[in-house]
Amino acid sequence: MVCVSCVPETTSKINFTNNNTEFDSSQVQYVINPNDEFGLTRAVWFKENDGAEIDVISVGLENTDQILRKALAIGADRGYRINQEPTDSYQVAKLLSNHISKHNYDLVIAGRESIDYNGGMVPGIIAEILHFNYVTNCVDLKINENKAKIKREIEGGIETLSCKLPLIIGAQKGLVEESDLKIPNMRGIMQARSKPFEIIEDNTVETKTNTISFSKPDNHKEIKLLSPDNLDELIDLLHNEAKVI
Amino acid sequence: MSILVYIESNENEIKKSSFELLSYAKELSKKLSLEVIALVINCSNILTLQEFGPDKILSINQTKLNLFNAQNYAELISNVSKSTGAKNIIISDSVNCKYLASLLSVKINAAFISNVVSIPSSISPFIVKRSTFSNKAFCDIKINSDIKILSISKNSFGVNKNKSEPIIENIENDFIESGIIFESVELSSGSVRIEDADIVVSAGRGMKGPENWNIIEDLAKTLNAATACSKPVSDLGWRPHSEHVGQTGKPVSTNLYIAIGISGAIQHLAGVSSSKVKVVINTDPEAPFFKVADYGIVGDAFDVVPKLNEKLKVFQAENN
Repeated sequence: MVCVSCVPETTSKINFTNNNTEFDSSQVQYVINPNDEFGLTRAVWFKENDGAEIDVISVGLENTDQILRKALAIGADRGYRINQEPTDSYQVAKLLSNHISKHNYDLVIAGRESIDYNGGMVPGIIAEILHFNYVTNCVDLKINENKAKIKREIEGGIETLSCKLPLIIGAQKGLVEESDLKIPNMRGIMQARSKPFEIIEDNTVETKTNTISFSKPDNHKEIKLLSPDNLDELIDLLHNEAKVI
Repeated sequence: MSILVYIESNENEIKKSSFELLSYAKELSKKLSLEVIALVINCSNILTLQEFGPDKILSINQTKLNLFNAQNYAELISNVSKSTGAKNIIISDSVNCKYLASLLSVKINAAFISNVVSIPSSISPFIVKRSTFSNKAFCDIKINSDIKILSISKNSFGVNKNKSEPIIENIENDFIESGIIFESVELSSGSVRIEDADIVVSAGRGMKGPENWNIIEDLAKTLNAATACSKPVSDLGWRPHSEHVGQTGKPVSTNLYIAIGISGAIQHLAGVSSSKVKVVINTDPEAPFFKVADYGIVGDAFDVVPKLNEKLKVFQAENN
């Protein structure tokens, strides 16, 4: 099972409307959350090399279908959309757990965090609700029979861990490379149209937080431009004005 | 009732980031009229914490906690928060803390708010500001849960000294160990970690090739800085992924960020936006990085960086 989130493309301008209470989605292109896409691509390798079957799921309204269709075109076998607007990590994790608990998944893959909300907690909450082993910041994953070997990026290095399945991981770049990401081809897109796609109605609503309003950082700065021949001045400013050296 | 601060350590040494967490907790304790409890695992130098105002230090020394394991640590913090009645738990924004916090939040039925950047603007209802959209925006979050875990963004609050005479208690704890087994670790040797560094020297495609990184490393060495890079550089394999700064890489909240030969794609700028002072060195005066930096030099890195390094060495010799 691969959990994907629908997020604004990374170069999107971030603006808000309705008195700064809503994200302005006009002229924003939505994509599969990059961390989720690294995970999805790794899942496709499990399919190609080990005969795994891949389900892909997202919590969202109709506009989420486009990324699920893309996931199916890349290689997922079945798509699910839980028809609820995502507002809170706990709500999303709970809804995903409800679905996962009804299936016998050996492996659940989610991204380390979404690039919009940056909560980074959905896979961990699912793991704790369902008593799965959980490893995040995952940069390598090998599975042999019932056992997984995982590399995790830590501060200042990489650690290797092992555990039994079922396992849930938080994927990030390194699990596959940017150049490994798949662009759907025409055949994939055609096949995706006939793959099973289910819309799930689940009325469980459990949230722990509400977003009240948004604001943007004040990025306006007067830069001090210095001549490359006057590096002493730069050092002086860093020492006396900025006080950082 | 209390505020519980989880004090992180690295090889049995308390991490500097803990001082900021205690400072935050102390400020919060004034608003909530609660005591501040610091939880320390397998550290010897716990008295350094008293400079930052904890009312109590709970110290645990257990060999089975020597290695970080998110499940074990979450279990331990869950037990301690229940026994102390702590409903506000303060942690850092490190990868380990975020990892354990999602598990902990279910164990103690808490709301977990990551990337918190300030003291709550209101206590009832509890409203706190966090960064979102990969540092491109902030949002105010209302927490509806009685129990809260707040992960504080590095350098967002600052360190305040506030000497106290804490009660020190040694505690023992028992828990069922996690099914995740540690096999081995590879540490990148001899370098300063991006997460801990006060200064980061970062370089981009303007360096023309990995063979030219020696001038970046020399400058970083002089400044006792970590090295970092832009996304294209890590995608090209010139530098490891662990150095990639930006939206799909690492965020950097440092005191001084020096960007060399990095034009400043929006994803990269988001990753460094919470760094305090930014210096840009680039041949192209139109590079977007110049719009967000504090100091800029339009010039050739191959000329400017070695000169800057030599001048910094002279400056350091004169000032030490």
